[in-house]
Amino acid sequence: MSTPLDELFVRVRSENRAALIGYLPAGFPTQEGCIAALTAMVEGGVDAVEIGYPYSDPVMDGPVIQAAADTSLRNGTGAQEVMATLAAISKVAPSVVMTYWNPIERYGVENFLKDLKANGGSGVITPDLTIEESELWIASSNSHDTNRIYVVAPSTSDDRLRKVTEATSGFVYAASLMGVTGTRTSVSSSAQSLVSKLRTVTNLPIAVGLGVSTPDQAREVAQYADGVIVGSAFIRLLQESSTLAEGVEKVRELAQDLSKGLSRA
Amino acid sequence: MSLAVDSDIIGHFGPYGGRFVPEALIGALDELALAHEVAQKDPSFQAELAELHRTYTGRPSIITEVKRFAEHAGGARVFLKREDLNHTGSHKINNVLGQALLTKRMGKKRIIAETGAGQHGVASATAAALMGLECVVYMGEEDTKRQSLNVARMKLLGAEVIPVTQGSKTLKDAINEAMRDWVTNVETTHYLLGTVAGPHPFPTMVRDFHRIIGIEARAQMLELLGRLPDVILACVGGGSNAIGIFHPFLDDAGVRLIGLEAGGSGVETGLHAATISGGSPGVLHGTRSYVLQDKNGQTIESHSISAGLDYPGVGPEHAYLNDIGRAEYRPVTDAQAMEAFALLCKTEGIIPAIESAHALAGTMQVGKELGPDAILLVNLSGRGDKDVQTAAEYFGIPL
Ligand SMILES: Cc1ncc(COP(=O)(O)O)c(C=O)c1O
Repeated sequence: MSTPLDELFVRVRSENRAALIGYLPAGFPTQEGCIAALTAMVEGGVDAVEIGYPYSDPVMDGPVIQAAADTSLRNGTGAQEVMATLAAISKVAPSVVMTYWNPIERYGVENFLKDLKANGGSGVITPDLTIEESELWIASSNSHDTNRIYVVAPSTSDDRLRKVTEATSGFVYAASLMGVTGTRTSVSSSAQSLVSKLRTVTNLPIAVGLGVSTPDQAREVAQYADGVIVGSAFIRLLQESSTLAEGVEKVRELAQDLSKGLSRA
Repeated sequence: MSLAVDSDIIGHFGPYGGRFVPEALIGALDELALAHEVAQKDPSFQAELAELHRTYTGRPSIITEVKRFAEHAGGARVFLKREDLNHTGSHKINNVLGQALLTKRMGKKRIIAETGAGQHGVASATAAALMGLECVVYMGEEDTKRQSLNVARMKLLGAEVIPVTQGSKTLKDAINEAMRDWVTNVETTHYLLGTVAGPHPFPTMVRDFHRIIGIEARAQMLELLGRLPDVILACVGGGSNAIGIFHPFLDDAGVRLIGLEAGGSGVETGLHAATISGGSPGVLHGTRSYVLQDKNGQTIESHSISAGLDYPGVGPEHAYLNDIGRAEYRPVTDAQAMEAFALLCKTEGIIPAIESAHALAGTMQVGKELGPDAILLVNLSGRGDKDVQTAAEYFGIPL
């Protein structure tokens, strides 16, 4: 069984381009605002969406996403709101949930996967779940035909890249640098060498995230990766806009600009 | 079978412990686990650490019987293991010197640390000064105010103190910031975590560096009384001083082990830091253990008069010892702790850390439950110099 996300990567491969993946935390800037911004993103050219499950202790995230998660939590975002956002967006684009592990554990692994599937989700990105702690997760996600997306880093050893990618489906999330989320002035050169190393151990699509925010950066990454992940840049636009409508339009424009540089021709 | 079994190779204590961290940290955690394992078996490392403890920490720490205090503990015999007399004023130095030596062995030049009460930060700054390492300490902004004296101490010792303004502005958020720094600078930097929480190998390694407390105390009690105590009591924040004194007694089935958690305004009020008594199993800061969390798995902010116990998590080995019934965990309220604090000051001339006063309050309860035949050993984890301002405010003493 393949998910809408799997199908997307087959399609973009045949189009000889990279997929553009956009991230926003559910409930940010508001529940409806998030759905509006994600919808605009997709209309602007984003191919797949990552919906963040805001968490109280986001140790992988820099100040931009921390602040957005904070706003969202103060709006009362919980599992229900994440699932509702997923239900709305999975109708227009392949969608995954990105979450720290504890909210899943608290919800119950089986229940989480069941509800994810029921709301059209393709998979889950788990940045702090190690493969050593994944026994139940692997068994359950297999039985629910859900993509299991792990994040690897420039410091990950070759041996471990092999083990992690063996447990992965959908795509491999390659963190471009050693650090937390946030916009950067340039894409670290470690991203390309990580992708090259990954190519020797897996045939899975590889998407690069962390610090990709401008059309130039997206164009650069699209030359060697199968997916380009942009998060903080979208969030910043929403944070800096005085009205939601203005923010949503800027998000749409950025998605349009980013999507122009994805072709490898 | 011995209860003092080691965690498995990736750090599990029953269903608890393990590693829940970004891949970026796995290499550093593996390197650290290996360095620790090698050092544990290396006589030259052990000798170097023992010499530091003898000539710098001031070990072995003494045992003091507190007869006047014991009158308020059902007349039981009460003995204090005086970790408060260590250099820098608490047990924290045991772990810090061990990890600082490992840092040098791994060829790293920079340490980062989180701190709540400031004791671990001060100990880390001290070790960094001693060993010529760069030191950055993350401290919740709230705690920098509660423990301003310790902030000044860290600065005098040459450390940089970074106030953390995110979240609850306390220990949990200081750990978040330290982890973010570590993910970014892991090649040059060692994260000198201050308690038995966090991803493997921290719970095992930090415990191993604190076992000296229990090893000494066991020998001292045997020499003093020719027998082991009936009960050992210690306060539990993350749980390092408690596991340090408990662990060498795990196989002594006749010795009860009681951890005292920070009950704040009372567990029933929700304003507390009693993670085992009032929390549920979950994942926080890289390990599975008990956590204070809501129905969505979001961490709930903890509350305690004691900055060093004000943490919504607890070490995974304590979670395991609780579940198998080998150790008991009880909450002690702010008011009970402060009563015990005042009592030890006035009956014995010893000003305890407010953290340690939680163990003293537990001692008063347990002594009354068991009566005059009982022998109680209490880990006095730290001294109260840092708490004078908090205590003065609490008791209405003008400053
Ligand atoms: C004197 C003292 N005791 C106890 C603690 C709590 O830590 P743990 O539970 O790891 O011993 C602290 C922490 O700052 C402390 O300073």
